[in-house]
Amino acid sequence: MTVKTLLNVEGLRKSFTANRRTVHALNGISLTLREGETLGIIGESGSGKSTLGRIAVGLDTPTSGELHIEGCRIDTLSAPMRREKLRQCQMIFQDPYSSLNPRLKVGRQIGEGLFASGESDWRAINSKVRDLLARCGLEKDFAERYPHEFSGGQRQRIAIARALAPNPRIVVADEPVSALDVTIQAQILDLLAELKKVENLSYIFISHDMAVVARLCDRVAVMHRGRIVECGPVEAVIENAQHPYTRNLLEAVPRFGRRRTGQRPTPVTLPQHEDGDNFVTVSEGHTVLQASASTCRGTGQ
Amino acid sequence: MTVTTPQTVIVSAVRRRHIPFSVLMGLGLAFLIVCAALMSFYIAPFDPMRMAAGPRLAAPSIQYWFGTDEFGRDLLSRVLVGGRLSLGIGVAAVLSGLVAGGLLGLIAAFSGRAIEAVLLRLIDVLYSFPDTLIALALVAFLGPGIENATLAIAISLVPFYARVTYGLAAAERAKPYIEAARLAGISSGRLVRVHVMPNIVQSLIVMGTLGFSSAILSAAGLSFLGLGVQPPSPEWGAILASGRNYITKAPWVLIFPGAAICLTVLSFNLIGDGLRDLVDPRRKGR
Amino acid sequence: MNTPFLRVRDLSVTFPAKGAPFNAIDRISFDLARGEILALVGESGSGKSMTSLSIMQLLPGAAQMSGSIEIDGQNIVAFRRRQMEDIRGAKVGMIFQEPMTSLNPVLTIARQMTEGLVRHKGLTRRNALTLARTCLDDVGIPDPDRVLSQYPHQLSGGMRQRIMIAAALALRPGILIADEPTTALDVTVQSQVLDLLFDLKTRSGSGILLITHDIGVVAETADRVAVMRGGKILETGSVDDVLHSPQHDYTKSLLASHLTVDRSMKQRRTDREETGA
Repeated sequence: MTVKTLLNVEGLRKSFTANRRTVHALNGISLTLREGETLGIIGESGSGKSTLGRIAVGLDTPTSGELHIEGCRIDTLSAPMRREKLRQCQMIFQDPYSSLNPRLKVGRQIGEGLFASGESDWRAINSKVRDLLARCGLEKDFAERYPHEFSGGQRQRIAIARALAPNPRIVVADEPVSALDVTIQAQILDLLAELKKVENLSYIFISHDMAVVARLCDRVAVMHRGRIVECGPVEAVIENAQHPYTRNLLEAVPRFGRRRTGQRPTPVTLPQHEDGDNFVTVSEGHTVLQASASTCRGTGQ
Repeated sequence: MTVTTPQTVIVSAVRRRHIPFSVLMGLGLAFLIVCAALMSFYIAPFDPMRMAAGPRLAAPSIQYWFGTDEFGRDLLSRVLVGGRLSLGIGVAAVLSGLVAGGLLGLIAAFSGRAIEAVLLRLIDVLYSFPDTLIALALVAFLGPGIENATLAIAISLVPFYARVTYGLAAAERAKPYIEAARLAGISSGRLVRVHVMPNIVQSLIVMGTLGFSSAILSAAGLSFLGLGVQPPSPEWGAILASGRNYITKAPWVLIFPGAAICLTVLSFNLIGDGLRDLVDPRRKGR
Repeated sequence: MNTPFLRVRDLSVTFPAKGAPFNAIDRISFDLARGEILALVGESGSGKSMTSLSIMQLLPGAAQMSGSIEIDGQNIVAFRRRQMEDIRGAKVGMIFQEPMTSLNPVLTIARQMTEGLVRHKGLTRRNALTLARTCLDDVGIPDPDRVLSQYPHQLSGGMRQRIMIAAALALRPGILIADEPTTALDVTVQSQVLDLLFDLKTRSGSGILLITHDIGVVAETADRVAVMRGGKILETGSVDDVLHSPQHDYTKSLLASHLTVDRSMKQRRTDREETGA
């Protein structure tokens, strides 16, 4: 029983040039998102995870490499065709305070997605909007209010409703709970999990927090300096981390029951990867980057 | 919980009675000037064109508050009616300049890299010329007269407004809520109209106020040089031009229109500066 | 030397507002002794950052403060600017969340580090520089001479934070206030910085008031903890006591919603068993 591949990137590279300095944000990323799964992308600042997310939804274009959505190659399409296809991918941003337009009513902002999908009757749109708000755990009347009247958690729910309006198949969530209080984080994660089942979605979940990824994701790809260094099912990667960077990351997460000793930490030397490096299979679906070349794909069951 | 619209900074400042004194002064002055200009035909004691309404070059007196000019025309009436002309040119020029320049700036910001690069270079080159110079060159090309002068001033303001609008639009463009709107799949036109404009309108109003004083100065300058409003129309600059020769004999012919220009420019600058301080990104955020 | 270096008693900070004045901090009391780490934990709006600003008298002008704050025996609540300038840096050090904005972008690191030393300890420029070099060494920064000649933007976030810590501790203050020192840093760097703080606490003997929203950080690093919410301290005690047997409902809910890798993995296992997969 083959599971359909929804999104597929191959050899993705992205470089930014500013003031005669070039930053290589992505150095050859290859990934697959299968239908119905939640793929976690974990990495620290500078890993390129946000850039990857932005390319997946079409906010940025790759310098080279291919992007396929539902089997259709995106980067060669014309702009209107691309917009059409990319509507299948929506995004939830990190900062709930800047991701909503302060001058528009909440309902209007959510409704824009429906309007662009072809619905022109605003009465129908408004009723669908109220419906979406309810599904995201908000009161229907909130549609008439402005963003500044809401808390961070509520705003993020509004942002989720907005992302769902165009009826996407794929949702890229870029650190959706990092800016929220701890007690609210759990609620939003639960909401995301529930919506995934109800709305039949697939997620690309970008985060720097291993605990969050462990909670929500099926597979995880660990990124470091623009490359995927380890990829596989969440249990496998966390319980049997192979790459020194992954181990470092897991080790650094604060946890109960451990105390600081004040010992000067031994600097961990991380391997320098080249473009030709290969992936080595550790176990079913679990691969690690070493000094050879391959791609990280989730193999079927 | 009642619905509250997001208050513009200006409105909330009014509510909190936090308006700086300079802005109040500017507003007061501007109000007086605008009222006087609007009602000029009713309150002017004499027909501004009527020659020999009084003795030639008479000093200010109870009968002739501002004195008379070399043709015996009442200066008060001429300055009042001239206000209508000057303000009218200012408003017309600023509105058209703002619309045209604004459109240019928005197109530059939302049309893709190639067009943006070309338009920006163009705007920058034009912006490097002083606007009065541009107006001068255009009028020299088009010929004198009030319509041409207004057109010339409007065009001279376009680079400024294009630049300002581009800056504001480019800043908005990078914001997550605009990116989210783009993701929804709406057209660029709709993006600008519905999502971007409400956020930049406030700043544009402030820029409009500041451009207004510049426009009035340009108009006066052009008329002074004989290129704008033609005599006997009493535009302030024109009055100054004709009074130029009498600076020692009858200085009032220069003082009153000159003061009118100064006060008008001052009042709108005070308003514009005050508003700009309020709208400053420093005060941004929740 | 039994009195704690910092004694806060019934501290309140109110802001005037239409109608009822707003209590940012509502009669809180706590102690901090030299050589111990007290964590002030709470979510946004709990008043924890406001507390640190109160101690340093860095509150916005409209704020009204009442209660007592004793630093090394002196009640500083009524101190004037001159007197506070002597306290700040010398008796109470502070590091902030955003190392980029705490460092002046147009001055070299050397300049910024020696400023405080010259002002408070009366050292000559040269001696201050030597001391700065030693301090950078203490925090484990390789090649301190090169770092001293650099500007903030040339260094990484973790480096900058370490420099801030070095600079703060160079003056040997009785206590150091660390306001969310690792929140803006990557988790691997966070780990290093926390190790550093712990180590320095032992070596320099300064007490540390660690303000954070991350319970995990508290568990690993702090000796005692105070839980804040709505401007009040709801619960105080040793980290062991509070984290293992929390008394207040809020503390319990805070601990319950704290996500850890272990908890998530356990949750996954139970989920899987439930669905019978």
